[in-house]
Amino acid sequence: MENKLNISSSPHIRSKITSSNIMLMVTIALLPASAFGVYNFGMNALLMLIVTTAAAVLTEYIYEKLMHKKITIGDFSAVVTGLLLGLNMPPTAPLWMGALGSVFGILIVKQLFGGLGQNFMNPALGARCFLLISFTGPMTRFIYDGETGPTPLAYIKEGSMSSVNSMDMLIGRIPGTIGETSVIAIIIGAIFLILMGIIDLRIPGTYIVTFVIFVGIFGQFTAADVGFFDPNYITAQLCGGGLMLGAWFMATDYVTSPITKQGQIIFGILLGVLTGLFRLFGGSAEGVSYAIIISNLLVPLIERVTLPKPFGKGGEK
Amino acid sequence: MALLTFRGGIHPDDGKRLAKDAAIVDVKPKGDLVYPLSQHIGAPASPIVAKGDRVLRGQKIAEAGGFVSAPIYASVSGTVKAIEPHFNPTGAKVNCIVVENDGEYEEVEYAPVKPLEEMTKEEILGAIGEAGVVGMGGAGFPTRVKLSPKEPEKIDYIIANCAECEPYITADYRRMMETPELLVGGMKVILSVFDKAKGIFGVEDNKPDCIEKLKELTKDEPRMEVMALKTKYPQGAERQLIYATTGRAINSTMLPADAGCVVDNVETMINVYQAVVKGMPSIERIVTVSGDAVNKPGNFRAPFGMNQTELVEAAGGFKEEPEKVISGGPMMGFAMFTLDVPVTKTSSSILSFLKDPVKGLEETACINCGRCVEACPSRIIPSRLADYAQHHNEEAFTKMEGMECVECGSCSYVCPAKRPLKQAIGSMRKIVLANRRKK
Repeated sequence: MENKLNISSSPHIRSKITSSNIMLMVTIALLPASAFGVYNFGMNALLMLIVTTAAAVLTEYIYEKLMHKKITIGDFSAVVTGLLLGLNMPPTAPLWMGALGSVFGILIVKQLFGGLGQNFMNPALGARCFLLISFTGPMTRFIYDGETGPTPLAYIKEGSMSSVNSMDMLIGRIPGTIGETSVIAIIIGAIFLILMGIIDLRIPGTYIVTFVIFVGIFGQFTAADVGFFDPNYITAQLCGGGLMLGAWFMATDYVTSPITKQGQIIFGILLGVLTGLFRLFGGSAEGVSYAIIISNLLVPLIERVTLPKPFGKGGEK
Repeated sequence: MALLTFRGGIHPDDGKRLAKDAAIVDVKPKGDLVYPLSQHIGAPASPIVAKGDRVLRGQKIAEAGGFVSAPIYASVSGTVKAIEPHFNPTGAKVNCIVVENDGEYEEVEYAPVKPLEEMTKEEILGAIGEAGVVGMGGAGFPTRVKLSPKEPEKIDYIIANCAECEPYITADYRRMMETPELLVGGMKVILSVFDKAKGIFGVEDNKPDCIEKLKELTKDEPRMEVMALKTKYPQGAERQLIYATTGRAINSTMLPADAGCVVDNVETMINVYQAVVKGMPSIERIVTVSGDAVNKPGNFRAPFGMNQTELVEAAGGFKEEPEKVISGGPMMGFAMFTLDVPVTKTSSSILSFLKDPVKGLEETACINCGRCVEACPSRIIPSRLADYAQHHNEEAFTKMEGMECVECGSCSYVCPAKRPLKQAIGSMRKIVLANRRKK
């Protein structure tokens, strides 16, 4: 034989899926929400999504270039971070703010901790919370149809359930951040990810169920016209704010969620309780972003107490 | 009823269509035969022939080198040419007896000790040991030793491993299709050693024809049962097979016998039958020659010691030079740098591929996706264990149950970051085992 045969350790076959495929599919799954955001809020929303995505990719590229590291922008993870941050921005926020958020998310939250796989907090949410704290005004001002007004969630918080139209919330014809308003668009993306085997129901399912139980029980204590497991109230809480975008696209981030199955259940429950607490009893109407990044920080602890039992030591069943 | 199986596992393309329908063909080697003295687990066999001796097919040429060892028999007639080191399929150089084939195939006359019904258990075990039968699925553990557990009366199940879960390999499938009676006969022999035990044939449900054949053959055998298993890799791994068929689970510190089980694969059981009922030593086996680089993939009855190059020629040779040649299955087999190695007792297949499926795969960062955890039949966390292994953190590695790994490779298969998880964990396991021996 003239040519040398290849030698490698087994296995000699591999599945086709790669990390960049996965990130690309997440990007595709975000497109319905992005498209609806642009349709709902217009040009500025489109520009914001482009700016945050481009800034995220560029930051990653420049950092890796300067640090003489391998350029990893081809894995689409920076695209996902940038796009997610964009979807979490109010459509009226200045573009430089979005760009600054992307730089923070990629540089501080992701790269300084070692790059892809090493960050302990979701970079897009870390960036959003950074912007929320730094620029509270523009980050919480929502202008819709030319009018500045509260989001449906803020109405609920004030106790005026009657100002809320559930159908508008389902479709997304409400004020909010660019990508969070349309439950339908988000669910279309989520179904795509589930069908492609990228995410499963373990985290988002437990998150949403726990949240429903929490607001079902405690909602009545926050407003006079809300009953025990009030269906209108629960629907509004589910469709309002960043819950759907957070539950399906950010709580499910592999890097910052537990690797153990039991851990994912606990993570989901924790998210549901924290979101409920923050929304019902906190200072702001919103609570998803903080709930997720706090839960991110608890992942190592959750994993430690949920290590699976090996086969033959009780783990076979 | 839901199909019997285990948790975890993967579904790679099984590639069996290439050689599945090719009936077993006898091959007669022309070149020298090379018999490694170490083709089983345990002490190497000790040669009892010298250079220049004439040997017959079926004549013993090396004696077992201890209790955990196995004798070796010539598979052709000819003259002993040398006793010298040669490469074996796993890439190690081991001492071998080289026999120059005279092409006559003059054979020893085989005779069983006595009819099976009259044999004592000791005589049966003796015949199996004397015939040099070892586990032919890949491990090469001497079968006589496996069939001699400390407390034989506690063995409840004899499990025939008919899963053949490695992709591409169809040797056991052809055995079950063509001579299922030999397999059932082997089971009968083993059951006569264990009075209380029940015989189970565990067959993956991608072989419905085998299941039907075995069911038909065993319908009047009250002590035997055929069980259909879910087609999933690694269904034929010993621990997973025992669990699927009996619901019993063993870990790395236990032997199947601790769960009252003995597992033997198809080829091994057939060799047991031939040893005890026909008095024939273990001198040949069925080898699948397949892969996209081979002209006529097929299944061959190959004498041990035969050069693997000749076996590929028997399969019509290569279409083009392959990039990769594997001894054994694609999941757990060994990549070979040369085909100039002999067929041994554990050579289930030679697979050749025009393109190396893992060439040029770039390892990227772990994204913690958990696919390895999902796939791991041992229910451990491969991605973390590979990290500990790469950092030589032996303490964390053993604490996180790294020693429970069965090295099936499912984690490496599914990893989207293409991390060599099994390789890292496997290397660390060897280090831990070596350190334990030192203590």
